[in-house]
Amino acid sequence: MLNNFIAAYSPDNLRYLFGGLGITILVSVASIIGSFIIGAILGVIRYVKIKYFSAIVGFVIDVIRNLPLILILFFIYFGLPNLGVKPEVIPAAILAMTIFESAMLAEIVRSGIQAVDPGQMEGARANGLTYWQGLWHIVLPQAMVKMIPAIVSQFISLVKDTSLATIILLPEMLYRSQIIYGQNTNYIIPMFVAIALLYFIVCYALSVLARYLEKRQA
Amino acid sequence: MIHIFQAYGGTLLYGLGQTLLCSVIALIFSLIIGTFFALLEESPNKFARGVARVYIEVFRNIPLLVITMFFYVVIPLYVLKMNGFTAGTIGLTLYTSAFIAETVRAGIQSVDPGQMEGARSNGLTFWQSMRYIVLPQAFRYVIPPLGNQFVNLVKNSSTLAFVGGFDLMYQGNSIASSSLETMAAYSAVGVLYLIITMPISYYMRYLEKRLA
Repeated sequence: MLNNFIAAYSPDNLRYLFGGLGITILVSVASIIGSFIIGAILGVIRYVKIKYFSAIVGFVIDVIRNLPLILILFFIYFGLPNLGVKPEVIPAAILAMTIFESAMLAEIVRSGIQAVDPGQMEGARANGLTYWQGLWHIVLPQAMVKMIPAIVSQFISLVKDTSLATIILLPEMLYRSQIIYGQNTNYIIPMFVAIALLYFIVCYALSVLARYLEKRQA
Repeated sequence: MIHIFQAYGGTLLYGLGQTLLCSVIALIFSLIIGTFFALLEESPNKFARGVARVYIEVFRNIPLLVITMFFYVVIPLYVLKMNGFTAGTIGLTLYTSAFIAETVRAGIQSVDPGQMEGARSNGLTFWQSMRYIVLPQAFRYVIPPLGNQFVNLVKNSSTLAFVGGFDLMYQGNSIASSSLETMAAYSAVGVLYLIITMPISYYMRYLEKRLA
Protein backbone atom coordinates (compact mmCIF):
# COMPACT_ATOMS: atom_id res chain seq x y z
CA MET A 1 0.00 0.00 0.00
CA LEU A 2 2.73 2.44 1.01
CA ASN A 3 4.65 1.50 -2.13
CA ASN A 4 1.60 2.42 -4.18
CA PHE A 5 1.59 5.87 -2.62
CA ILE A 6 5.29 6.39 -3.29
CA ALA A 7 4.98 5.17 -6.87
CA ALA A 8 1.82 7.21 -7.50
CA TYR A 9 3.39 10.41 -6.22
CA SER A 10 6.26 10.28 -8.68
CA PRO A 11 7.61 13.70 -9.69
CA ASP A 12 6.03 13.41 -13.14
CA ASN A 13 2.60 12.54 -11.76
CA LEU A 14 2.77 15.29 -9.17
CA ARG A 15 3.81 17.85 -11.76
CA TYR A 16 0.90 16.75 -13.94
CA LEU A 17 -1.53 16.94 -11.00
CA PHE A 18 -0.32 20.36 -9.86
CA GLY A 19 -0.69 21.56 -13.44
CA GLY A 20 -4.34 20.57 -13.01
CA LEU A 21 -4.49 22.57 -9.79
CA GLY A 22 -3.15 25.52 -11.81
CA ILE A 23 -6.01 25.17 -14.29
CA THR A 24 -8.52 24.84 -11.44
CA ILE A 25 -7.17 28.08 -9.97
CA LEU A 26 -7.02 29.84 -13.35
CA VAL A 27 -10.65 29.00 -14.13
CA SER A 28 -11.72 29.87 -10.57
CA VAL A 29 -9.98 33.24 -10.46
CA ALA A 30 -11.19 34.26 -13.93
CA SER A 31 -14.77 33.28 -13.05
CA ILE A 32 -14.56 34.97 -9.65
CA ILE A 33 -13.49 38.28 -11.21
CA GLY A 34 -16.06 38.07 -14.02
CA SER A 35 -18.95 36.97 -11.86
CA PHE A 36 -18.20 39.50 -9.13
CA ILE A 37 -18.46 42.42 -11.57
CA ILE A 38 -21.45 41.09 -13.52
CA GLY A 39 -23.19 39.83 -10.39
CA ALA A 40 -22.87 43.21 -8.66
CA ILE A 41 -24.30 45.04 -11.68
CA LEU A 42 -27.18 42.57 -12.06
CA GLY A 43 -27.92 42.68 -8.33
CA VAL A 44 -28.15 46.47 -8.40
CA ILE A 45 -30.35 46.37 -11.51
CA ARG A 46 -32.65 43.96 -9.78
CA TYR A 47 -32.77 46.10 -6.66
CA VAL A 48 -33.43 49.51 -8.24
CA LYS A 49 -36.57 48.32 -10.06
CA ILE A 50 -36.28 49.91 -13.49
CA LYS A 51 -39.66 49.33 -15.12
CA TYR A 52 -39.89 45.98 -17.00
CA PHE A 53 -36.08 45.78 -17.34
CA SER A 54 -35.46 44.78 -13.72
CA ALA A 55 -38.26 42.24 -13.81
CA ILE A 56 -36.82 40.60 -16.94
CA VAL A 57 -33.29 40.59 -15.48
CA GLY A 58 -34.68 39.13 -12.26
CA PHE A 59 -36.46 36.36 -14.11
CA VAL A 60 -33.35 35.44 -16.10
CA ILE A 61 -31.32 35.37 -12.87
CA ASP A 62 -33.86 33.04 -11.27
CA VAL A 63 -33.84 30.73 -14.28
CA ILE A 64 -30.04 30.43 -14.27
CA ARG A 65 -29.90 30.00 -10.50
CA ASN A 66 -32.34 27.12 -10.67
CA LEU A 67 -30.51 25.16 -13.37
CA PRO A 68 -27.68 22.71 -12.65
CA LEU A 69 -24.25 24.09 -13.54
CA ILE A 70 -23.54 20.93 -15.53
CA LEU A 71 -26.42 21.80 -17.84
CA ILE A 72 -25.00 25.29 -18.41
CA LEU A 73 -21.59 23.76 -19.17
CA PHE A 74 -23.27 21.52 -21.73
CA PHE A 75 -25.17 24.44 -23.23
CA ILE A 76 -21.96 26.39 -23.75
CA TYR A 77 -19.68 23.59 -24.86
CA PHE A 78 -21.95 21.25 -26.78
CA GLY A 79 -24.92 23.52 -27.50
CA LEU A 80 -23.19 26.55 -28.98
CA PRO A 81 -21.50 24.57 -31.81
CA ASN A 82 -25.05 23.77 -32.90
CA LEU A 83 -25.47 27.51 -33.50
CA GLY A 84 -22.15 27.79 -35.29
CA VAL A 85 -19.83 28.90 -32.47
CA LYS A 86 -17.18 26.44 -31.28
CA PRO A 87 -15.54 27.59 -28.02
CA GLU A 88 -12.29 26.15 -26.66
CA VAL A 89 -12.49 24.14 -23.43
CA ILE A 90 -10.97 26.66 -21.00
CA PRO A 91 -12.92 29.71 -22.26
CA ALA A 92 -16.08 27.58 -22.36
CA ALA A 93 -15.60 26.54 -18.73
CA ILE A 94 -14.89 30.11 -17.63
CA LEU A 95 -17.90 31.43 -19.55
CA ALA A 96 -20.28 28.81 -18.12
CA MET A 97 -19.03 29.31 -14.56
CA THR A 98 -19.21 33.10 -14.91
CA ILE A 99 -22.80 32.97 -16.14
CA PHE A 100 -23.89 30.64 -13.34
CA GLU A 101 -22.00 32.36 -10.52
CA SER A 102 -23.07 35.85 -11.68
CA ALA A 103 -26.67 34.83 -11.14
CA MET A 104 -25.85 33.45 -7.69
CA LEU A 105 -23.94 36.61 -6.73
CA ALA A 106 -26.67 38.89 -8.08
CA GLU A 107 -29.06 37.34 -5.58
CA ILE A 108 -26.55 37.81 -2.71
CA VAL A 109 -25.97 41.45 -3.73
CA ARG A 110 -29.69 42.17 -3.96
CA SER A 111 -30.46 40.74 -0.54
CA GLY A 112 -27.40 42.52 0.88
CA ILE A 113 -28.67 45.87 -0.37
CA GLN A 114 -32.14 45.13 0.93
CA ALA A 115 -30.71 44.39 4.36
CA VAL A 116 -29.47 47.98 4.66
CA ASP A 117 -31.86 50.12 6.72
CA PRO A 118 -34.03 52.16 4.29
CA GLY A 119 -33.47 55.14 6.59
CA GLN A 120 -29.95 55.35 5.17
CA MET A 121 -31.25 56.09 1.70
CA GLU A 122 -33.88 58.49 3.04
CA GLY A 123 -31.20 60.30 5.02
CA ALA A 124 -28.96 60.53 1.96
CA ARG A 125 -31.80 61.85 -0.16
CA ALA A 126 -32.82 64.34 2.52
CA ASN A 127 -29.23 65.62 2.54
CA GLY A 128 -29.48 66.44 -1.16
CA LEU A 129 -27.83 63.40 -2.76
CA THR A 130 -29.46 61.99 -5.87
CA TYR A 131 -30.80 58.43 -5.80
CA TRP A 132 -27.69 57.04 -7.55
CA GLN A 133 -25.32 59.04 -5.35
CA GLY A 134 -27.10 57.72 -2.27
CA LEU A 135 -26.87 54.19 -3.61
CA TRP A 136 -23.18 54.45 -4.53
CA HIS A 137 -21.82 56.40 -1.56
CA ILE A 138 -24.14 55.44 1.30
CA VAL A 139 -26.03 52.19 0.69
CA LEU A 140 -23.61 50.05 -1.34
CA PRO A 141 -20.60 50.36 1.01
CA GLN A 142 -22.74 49.24 3.95
CA ALA A 143 -24.30 46.43 1.93
CA MET A 144 -20.86 45.24 0.81
CA VAL A 145 -19.75 44.72 4.41
CA LYS A 146 -22.87 42.65 5.11
CA MET A 147 -22.53 40.41 2.08
CA ILE A 148 -18.79 39.63 2.12
CA PRO A 149 -19.13 36.33 4.09
CA ALA A 150 -21.86 35.09 1.75
CA ILE A 151 -19.79 36.08 -1.27
CA VAL A 152 -16.71 34.24 -0.01
CA SER A 153 -18.71 31.07 0.64
CA GLN A 154 -20.14 31.35 -2.86
CA PHE A 155 -16.56 31.48 -4.15
CA ILE A 156 -15.79 28.31 -2.18
CA SER A 157 -18.55 26.50 -4.06
CA LEU A 158 -17.21 28.00 -7.27
CA VAL A 159 -13.80 26.42 -6.67
CA LYS A 160 -15.43 23.08 -5.89
CA ASP A 161 -17.70 23.37 -8.92
CA THR A 162 -14.76 23.68 -11.32
CA SER A 163 -14.45 19.90 -10.87
CA LEU A 164 -17.74 19.55 -12.78
CA ALA A 165 -15.97 20.83 -15.89
CA THR A 166 -14.25 17.44 -16.19
CA ILE A 167 -17.40 16.54 -18.08
CA ILE A 168 -16.36 18.84 -20.93
CA LEU A 169 -12.81 17.45 -20.56
CA LEU A 170 -11.31 20.51 -18.90
CA PRO A 171 -7.86 19.21 -17.89
CA GLU A 172 -8.15 20.25 -14.22
CA MET A 173 -7.24 18.23 -11.11
CA LEU A 174 -10.01 15.63 -11.05
CA TYR A 175 -9.66 14.97 -14.77
CA ARG A 176 -5.90 14.56 -14.51
CA SER A 177 -6.17 12.24 -11.51
CA GLN A 178 -8.43 10.03 -13.60
CA ILE A 179 -5.84 9.95 -16.36
CA ILE A 180 -3.16 8.92 -13.86
CA TYR A 181 -5.13 6.14 -12.16
CA GLY A 182 -6.40 5.05 -15.55
CA GLN A 183 -2.88 3.83 -16.29
CA ASN A 184 -2.46 1.90 -13.07
CA THR A 185 -5.34 0.91 -10.81
CA ASN A 186 -2.99 0.78 -7.82
CA TYR A 187 -2.89 4.56 -7.99
CA ILE A 188 -6.63 5.00 -7.43
CA ILE A 189 -6.51 5.53 -3.67
CA PRO A 190 -3.37 7.71 -3.66
CA MET A 191 -4.94 9.90 -6.35
CA PHE A 192 -8.22 10.31 -4.47
CA VAL A 193 -6.31 11.16 -1.32
CA ALA A 194 -4.22 13.73 -3.19
CA ILE A 195 -7.06 15.58 -4.90
CA ALA A 196 -9.33 15.46 -1.86
CA LEU A 197 -6.50 16.99 0.16
CA LEU A 198 -5.71 19.67 -2.43
CA TYR A 199 -9.35 20.71 -2.77
CA PHE A 200 -9.73 20.64 0.99
CA ILE A 201 -6.73 22.90 1.55
CA VAL A 202 -7.86 25.51 -0.97
CA CYS A 203 -11.50 25.52 0.17
CA TYR A 204 -10.76 25.33 3.87
CA ALA A 205 -8.40 28.31 3.61
CA LEU A 206 -11.22 30.25 1.95
CA SER A 207 -13.73 29.21 4.60
CA VAL A 208 -11.38 30.28 7.39
CA LEU A 209 -11.18 33.64 5.60
CA ALA A 210 -14.99 33.79 5.41
CA ARG A 211 -15.33 33.07 9.12
CA TYR A 212 -12.71 35.69 9.97
CA LEU A 213 -14.53 38.32 7.91
CA GLU A 214 -17.83 37.34 9.53
CA LYS A 215 -16.36 37.77 13.01
CA ARG A 216 -14.76 41.10 12.19
CA GLN A 217 -18.06 42.37 10.88
CA ALA A 218 -20.06 41.33 13.97
CA MET B 1 -37.78 21.58 -28.43
CA ILE B 2 -41.38 20.33 -28.67
CA HIS B 3 -40.38 17.52 -31.00
CA ILE B 4 -37.74 16.41 -28.50
CA PHE B 5 -40.53 15.96 -25.95
CA GLN B 6 -42.60 14.11 -28.54
CA ALA B 7 -39.81 11.79 -29.60
CA TYR B 8 -38.10 11.21 -26.25
CA GLY B 9 -40.85 12.03 -23.72
CA GLY B 10 -40.67 8.62 -22.06
CA THR B 11 -36.90 8.72 -21.63
CA LEU B 12 -37.00 12.24 -20.22
CA LEU B 13 -39.77 11.37 -17.78
CA TYR B 14 -37.86 8.32 -16.61
CA GLY B 15 -34.82 10.52 -16.04
CA LEU B 16 -36.93 13.05 -14.17
CA GLY B 17 -38.23 10.22 -11.98
CA GLN B 18 -34.69 9.05 -11.18
CA THR B 19 -33.63 12.62 -10.40
CA LEU B 20 -36.56 13.09 -8.02
CA LEU B 21 -36.10 9.68 -6.42
CA CYS B 22 -32.41 10.33 -5.79
CA SER B 23 -33.12 13.83 -4.45
CA VAL B 24 -35.84 12.68 -2.06
CA ILE B 25 -33.78 9.76 -0.71
CA ALA B 26 -30.77 12.02 -0.28
CA LEU B 27 -32.91 14.68 1.42
CA ILE B 28 -34.34 12.26 3.97
CA PHE B 29 -30.99 10.73 4.89
CA SER B 30 -29.04 13.97 4.85
CA LEU B 31 -31.68 15.51 7.10
CA ILE B 32 -31.20 12.70 9.63
CA ILE B 33 -27.40 12.73 9.42
CA GLY B 34 -27.22 16.53 9.30
CA THR B 35 -29.43 16.98 12.36
CA PHE B 36 -27.40 14.34 14.20
CA PHE B 37 -24.14 16.20 13.57
CA ALA B 38 -25.72 19.58 14.36
CA LEU B 39 -26.76 18.17 17.76
CA LEU B 40 -23.28 16.74 18.30
CA GLU B 41 -21.81 20.16 17.61
CA GLU B 42 -24.11 21.76 20.17
CA SER B 43 -23.56 19.04 22.76
CA PRO B 44 -21.61 19.75 25.96
CA ASN B 45 -19.11 16.95 25.16
CA LYS B 46 -15.86 18.31 23.73
CA PHE B 47 -14.95 15.11 21.87
CA ALA B 48 -18.38 14.92 20.21
CA ARG B 49 -18.04 18.53 19.07
CA GLY B 50 -14.65 17.75 17.54
CA VAL B 51 -15.99 14.74 15.64
CA ALA B 52 -18.89 16.79 14.28
CA ARG B 53 -16.58 19.65 13.27
CA VAL B 54 -14.27 17.32 11.34
CA TYR B 55 -17.18 15.61 9.56
CA ILE B 56 -18.76 18.89 8.52
CA GLU B 57 -15.53 20.52 7.36
CA VAL B 58 -14.45 17.46 5.37
CA PHE B 59 -17.68 17.10 3.42
CA ARG B 60 -18.19 20.84 2.94
CA ASN B 61 -14.74 21.44 1.48
CA ILE B 62 -14.39 18.52 -0.93
CA PRO B 63 -16.25 18.75 -4.25
CA LEU B 64 -19.39 16.64 -4.54
CA LEU B 65 -18.05 15.02 -7.69
CA VAL B 66 -14.92 13.81 -5.90
CA ILE B 67 -17.05 12.24 -3.16
CA THR B 68 -19.35 10.63 -5.71
CA MET B 69 -16.44 9.30 -7.78
CA PHE B 70 -14.94 7.87 -4.61
CA PHE B 71 -18.08 5.80 -4.06
CA TYR B 72 -18.26 4.88 -7.73
CA VAL B 73 -14.61 3.96 -8.27
CA VAL B 74 -12.95 3.07 -4.97
CA ILE B 75 -15.66 1.42 -2.88
CA PRO B 76 -16.70 -1.16 -5.54
CA LEU B 77 -13.04 -2.05 -6.05
CA TYR B 78 -12.26 -2.81 -2.40
CA VAL B 79 -15.49 -3.05 -0.41
CA LEU B 80 -18.74 -3.78 -2.22
CA LYS B 81 -20.27 -3.44 -5.65
CA MET B 82 -22.79 -0.70 -6.23
CA ASN B 83 -24.37 0.87 -9.29
CA GLY B 84 -24.06 4.50 -10.36
CA PHE B 85 -27.39 5.51 -8.87
CA THR B 86 -26.46 4.19 -5.43
CA ALA B 87 -22.98 5.70 -5.52
CA GLY B 88 -24.39 9.05 -6.65
CA THR B 89 -27.09 9.07 -4.00
CA ILE B 90 -24.65 8.21 -1.22
CA GLY B 91 -22.25 10.94 -2.36
CA LEU B 92 -25.08 13.45 -2.55
CA THR B 93 -26.35 12.46 0.91
CA LEU B 94 -22.97 12.87 2.61
CA TYR B 95 -22.24 16.15 0.85
CA THR B 96 -25.65 17.67 1.60
CA SER B 97 -25.70 16.44 5.20
CA ALA B 98 -22.74 18.72 6.00
CA PHE B 99 -24.65 21.75 4.70
CA ILE B 100 -27.82 20.70 6.51
CA ALA B 101 -25.84 20.30 9.74
CA GLU B 102 -24.71 23.92 9.41
CA THR B 103 -28.26 25.06 8.65
CA VAL B 104 -29.77 23.20 11.60
CA ARG B 105 -27.03 24.46 13.90
CA ALA B 106 -27.75 28.05 12.86
CA GLY B 107 -31.42 27.33 13.58
CA ILE B 108 -30.61 26.00 17.07
CA GLN B 109 -28.45 29.05 17.78
CA SER B 110 -31.23 31.41 16.72
CA VAL B 111 -33.43 30.05 19.54
CA ASP B 112 -33.13 32.24 22.65
CA PRO B 113 -30.66 30.54 25.07
CA GLY B 114 -33.15 31.33 27.84
CA GLN B 115 -35.30 28.50 26.45
CA MET B 116 -32.59 25.96 27.16
CA GLU B 117 -31.84 27.45 30.57
CA GLY B 118 -35.52 27.44 31.48
CA ALA B 119 -35.91 23.83 30.41
CA ARG B 120 -32.80 22.78 32.32
CA SER B 121 -33.86 24.56 35.49
CA ASN B 122 -37.22 22.80 35.27
CA GLY B 123 -35.40 19.51 35.60
CA LEU B 124 -35.10 18.35 31.99
CA THR B 125 -31.78 16.85 30.90
CA PHE B 126 -29.76 18.50 28.12
CA TRP B 127 -31.05 16.05 25.48
CA GLN B 128 -34.65 16.30 26.72
CA SER B 129 -34.58 20.08 26.51
CA MET B 130 -33.05 19.87 23.05
CA ARG B 131 -35.67 17.40 21.86
CA TYR B 132 -38.79 18.96 23.36
CA ILE B 133 -37.99 22.66 23.72
CA VAL B 134 -35.22 23.89 21.43
CA LEU B 135 -35.49 21.76 18.26
CA PRO B 136 -39.22 22.37 17.66
CA GLN B 137 -38.58 26.12 17.78
CA ALA B 138 -35.44 25.84 15.66
CA PHE B 139 -37.19 24.03 12.85
CA ARG B 140 -39.40 27.03 12.16
CA TYR B 141 -36.34 29.08 11.17
CA VAL B 142 -34.77 26.22 9.36
CA ILE B 143 -37.55 25.48 6.89
CA PRO B 144 -36.71 28.13 4.22
CA PRO B 145 -32.98 27.28 4.10
CA LEU B 146 -33.86 23.57 4.03
CA GLY B 147 -36.10 24.19 1.03
CA ASN B 148 -33.20 25.91 -0.69
CA GLN B 149 -31.04 22.90 0.16
CA PHE B 150 -33.58 20.71 -1.59
CA VAL B 151 -33.32 22.89 -4.69
CA ASN B 152 -29.54 22.48 -4.50
CA LEU B 153 -30.03 18.74 -4.12
CA VAL B 154 -32.10 18.51 -7.27
CA LYS B 155 -29.50 20.54 -9.16
CA ASN B 156 -26.58 18.61 -7.70
CA SER B 157 -28.20 15.29 -8.50
CA SER B 158 -27.04 16.01 -12.05
CA THR B 159 -23.67 14.61 -10.94
CA LEU B 160 -25.36 11.22 -11.37
CA ALA B 161 -24.79 11.80 -15.08
CA PHE B 162 -21.07 11.24 -14.47
CA VAL B 163 -21.57 7.80 -12.97
CA GLY B 164 -24.31 6.44 -15.22
CA GLY B 165 -27.16 7.12 -12.79
CA PHE B 166 -29.78 7.43 -15.59
CA ASP B 167 -31.00 10.74 -14.16
CA LEU B 168 -32.44 13.62 -16.14
CA MET B 169 -29.05 15.06 -17.06
CA TYR B 170 -27.80 11.67 -18.21
CA GLN B 171 -30.85 11.09 -20.40
CA GLY B 172 -30.63 14.60 -21.83
CA ASN B 173 -27.03 14.00 -22.72
CA SER B 174 -27.75 10.74 -24.48
CA ILE B 175 -30.67 12.34 -26.34
CA ALA B 176 -28.37 15.20 -27.37
CA SER B 177 -25.80 12.82 -28.79
CA SER B 178 -28.28 10.54 -30.55
CA SER B 179 -30.48 13.30 -32.03
CA LEU B 180 -27.56 15.68 -32.67
CA GLU B 181 -29.88 18.54 -31.72
CA THR B 182 -27.90 19.54 -28.66
CA MET B 183 -29.56 22.91 -28.04
CA ALA B 184 -33.08 21.49 -28.24
CA ALA B 185 -32.25 18.50 -26.05
CA TYR B 186 -30.56 20.57 -23.35
CA SER B 187 -33.39 23.11 -23.43
CA ALA B 188 -35.90 20.33 -22.83
CA VAL B 189 -33.84 19.10 -19.89
CA GLY B 190 -33.57 22.66 -18.57
CA VAL B 191 -37.34 23.12 -18.68
CA LEU B 192 -37.87 19.93 -16.70
CA TYR B 193 -35.35 21.00 -14.04
CA LEU B 194 -37.00 24.41 -13.78
CA ILE B 195 -40.44 22.85 -13.33
CA ILE B 196 -39.16 21.31 -10.08
CA THR B 197 -36.76 23.95 -8.79
CA MET B 198 -38.45 27.27 -9.63
CA PRO B 199 -41.70 26.76 -7.67
CA ILE B 200 -39.78 25.56 -4.59
CA SER B 201 -37.36 28.47 -4.60
CA TYR B 202 -40.15 31.03 -5.12
CA TYR B 203 -42.16 29.48 -2.30
CA MET B 204 -39.12 29.52 0.00
CA ARG B 205 -38.54 33.20 -0.78
CA TYR B 206 -42.16 33.86 0.14
CA LEU B 207 -41.75 31.94 3.42
CA GLU B 208 -38.54 33.84 4.20
CA LYS B 209 -40.33 37.15 3.73
CA ARG B 210 -43.20 36.06 5.93
CA LEU B 211 -40.87 34.88 8.71
CA ALA B 212 -38.76 38.04 8.65
